Amino acid sequence: MNNQSSRWIDLSFRFGAILLAFLFTVAVLIFSGAPPLEAFGQLALGAFGSVENFANVMVAWVPLLLATAGLLVTFAAGLWNIGMEGQITLGAIFATGVLRMMQDSGLPPLVMILVAIVAGAIGGALWAGLAGALKTFGGVNEIFGGLGLDFVATAITLWLIFGPWKRPGIGSMSGTVPFPREMWMPMLPHLRLSLWALAIGILGTIAVYFLLQGTYFGLRLKAVGRNRRAANLAGIPTSTYMMNAFLICGLFAGVAGAIQVTSVYHRLIPSISSNYGWLGLLVAMLINFQPVWAAPVSLFFAALNIGSIQLPIVLKLDSSLSGVLQGALVLAFLMMEGARQKFSKGQGEARS
Amino acid sequence: MKVELRDIHKSFGPVHANDGITLDIPAGTIQGLLGENGAGKSTLMKSLSGFMEPDSGQILLEGKPVSMKSPADAIAHGVGMLHQDPLDFPPMQVIDNFLIGSHQSLLPQRGKARRALRDLGDQFGFSLDPNAYVDTLTVGERQQLEILRLLWLGVRAMILDEPTTGISAPQRQKLFQTLKRLAEEGRTIIFVSHKLEEVEGLCHRVAVLREGRLVGETDAPYTTSKLVAMMFGKEVRLIPRTPGYGDTPVLQLEGVSIEDPRLNIEDVNLEVREGEVVGLAGMEGSGQRLFLQTCAGLVRPVAGKLLLDGEDMTGRHYHDFKSRGCAFMPASRLEEGLIPGMTLTEHFILTRPAKGLFVNWEKGRASAREGIAEFKVRGEPYSTVESLSGGNQQRALLALLRSNLRLLLMEQPTRGLDMESAIFTWEKLKERCLEGTAVVFVSSDLEELLHYSDRVLVFFAGKVSQPLESHDVSVERLGELIGGVGLDQPSGSAQ
Repeated sequence: MNNQSSRWIDLSFRFGAILLAFLFTVAVLIFSGAPPLEAFGQLALGAFGSVENFANVMVAWVPLLLATAGLLVTFAAGLWNIGMEGQITLGAIFATGVLRMMQDSGLPPLVMILVAIVAGAIGGALWAGLAGALKTFGGVNEIFGGLGLDFVATAITLWLIFGPWKRPGIGSMSGTVPFPREMWMPMLPHLRLSLWALAIGILGTIAVYFLLQGTYFGLRLKAVGRNRRAANLAGIPTSTYMMNAFLICGLFAGVAGAIQVTSVYHRLIPSISSNYGWLGLLVAMLINFQPVWAAPVSLFFAALNIGSIQLPIVLKLDSSLSGVLQGALVLAFLMMEGARQKFSKGQGEARS
Repeated sequence: MKVELRDIHKSFGPVHANDGITLDIPAGTIQGLLGENGAGKSTLMKSLSGFMEPDSGQILLEGKPVSMKSPADAIAHGVGMLHQDPLDFPPMQVIDNFLIGSHQSLLPQRGKARRALRDLGDQFGFSLDPNAYVDTLTVGERQQLEILRLLWLGVRAMILDEPTTGISAPQRQKLFQTLKRLAEEGRTIIFVSHKLEEVEGLCHRVAVLREGRLVGETDAPYTTSKLVAMMFGKEVRLIPRTPGYGDTPVLQLEGVSIEDPRLNIEDVNLEVREGEVVGLAGMEGSGQRLFLQTCAGLVRPVAGKLLLDGEDMTGRHYHDFKSRGCAFMPASRLEEGLIPGMTLTEHFILTRPAKGLFVNWEKGRASAREGIAEFKVRGEPYSTVESLSGGNQQRALLALLRSNLRLLLMEQPTRGLDMESAIFTWEKLKERCLEGTAVVFVSSDLEELLHYSDRVLVFFAGKVSQPLESHDVSVERLGELIGGVGLDQPSGSAQ
């Protein structure tokens, strides 16, 4: 089998996976009595039908991109950072906290926003560092540690919203008191999109790409992820590298949380992480941990999320359709990847 | 059971690992299978034992063509394989290991299995405690367990891949008796080995593979030189001994004691000088590995002092040892030595000193090409390490060691290597000795120990002998010491 034809086989398996995911989603739609074509049409319209809609896609893209980029670092080190949601939440909490402190300080808004983002990064890194320390020094599997810390983060958010940071009078699920407009990240006129946030998301992804593909740090991280014992014997301080992977990932998550506060919700709300942590895990798995694909695939996922918002209004369909399609895509890809490996093995055997 | 292999082909990418091999083995025969690394022995045996399917060709058992899709399938057909590294479940008990793979009932029948294990054990003179955990057994005992398990599962043809690696001399003797008996009972034994004298002493007939082809078959009695010539296509000789080393001590141990849950090593005094080679002998698990790891800073001694080039390194981290020119090369290549999934180039970049933040890939590829050429690794800079054969992985490990080392600590430097590769390895090591590197190595090959070491330390159940001048010791004497005969006196101070 030459390279050319194996590439075509790879591509056809990928394409098959997309087809499979769509077929599955169509089946779900038919089962729930909705016209599939119209549903997909509405999905596309909802994402790309107007400038506002597309701007909203970009708004969703930024935190998802940051979450995916961060996760690529922990995955490179062979770590399953399930605690992304909590790390995004802590980023949001830290950002809200410093903004509240600076609110009446008279500092220029630019400084306040920058400080809030740095604080968010610290908060996320702190929470990830906790999961990392539990893993590296406490022997707690990072999946359990991260999951536990997710719940703790949610509890802290609710406590803050209904306790110390509650709205005057009575706490509300709608979150803390919104910040005044001048403390928002600068937006494009008439849109919810901030070019700053977009720039942070894109720059972050590029940084991760170069970190993993081009630096000694990235190569060593990969070595730690693939064989920790051999990496240690090769002279790599594995605990430090694992901790660093957690910290970097948490930093990205925290920035995502801070952006949610400074440029999207302008306050702390209970579901501030908006499932971007989980979605980032899906994207990372779907792109097989290849940094180059992080941007386009997370953009597609963001489009699905935004596109599905109007489904309940137009088609009386639940907006979770986007989740169905995203989940089906990841499962179909993983399945087809397995099938492809089996197939190419069979090819190799049949050849001579 | 009569085993016939007909025109077996198997390729891995461009490598034709088995190129039309046809081999008939009558029932009740001990068939030796010889060949250097990468000759295709393991591939052929993996096809026969169901680990992989050949690309083409036929396998006939008792004259009937069979197709075996998995090891379980092969066992159902009566073919079982004993792997070089025991494929068992160390954290589980002997009895559970014994039961694994039996599908006689929904619930494990421990009582029945216990009786079967005892009866079989009695038959062959193996005493295995069914309640012991497998990780407390020696490699030899784990092998015995595996043999009994396969017999219990009704195996009539047994493949043994390098079965004498890492087991003691008495265990080897017992293994050979067992194999002979199994053959007398009509079972077919296939004995894969590098060790000529073992094959000569045990096998009824021998087949030699070279570069994926069957290049010769011969019945006992054998001519060693002829076997060697068949294996390598030419005759090889050992490199001459090169005694002589400097006076400057590189590694000094003063009253070092090491503890492990299973082993105590007490009060070792040793001085290893520039260019000296010290061999550590003993049965697997007698403390050599622990000792070597202590010298590398991977294990902390509980008492005593450890000096490297005169500097007190007691209790320091392995990475400190490493930065002072000490290197540790583990025996398990893909578990501890190399990183599966990464290419040779990436390995070279990781092990060479890094300059700056960004990787210089061009330079990395260049140093990979250089190392590959110098150490004759059969692979490309972009080859992943798991795609290399065992011998080539070993060469890669050697190539990855940095130059100008002070102290080189090696576990089984030539395990799994054919004779030519082993000689090559030692040529390279001796070059390092001439540059002043001190070498301490663990080996289970007595001839290797005596031929290449200046001095030998013998380990027996944590006890350490006086350093022995290797030219004063015979193979027989060393074998006795390893077996614990005449090793009563505690290790004293020694020069």
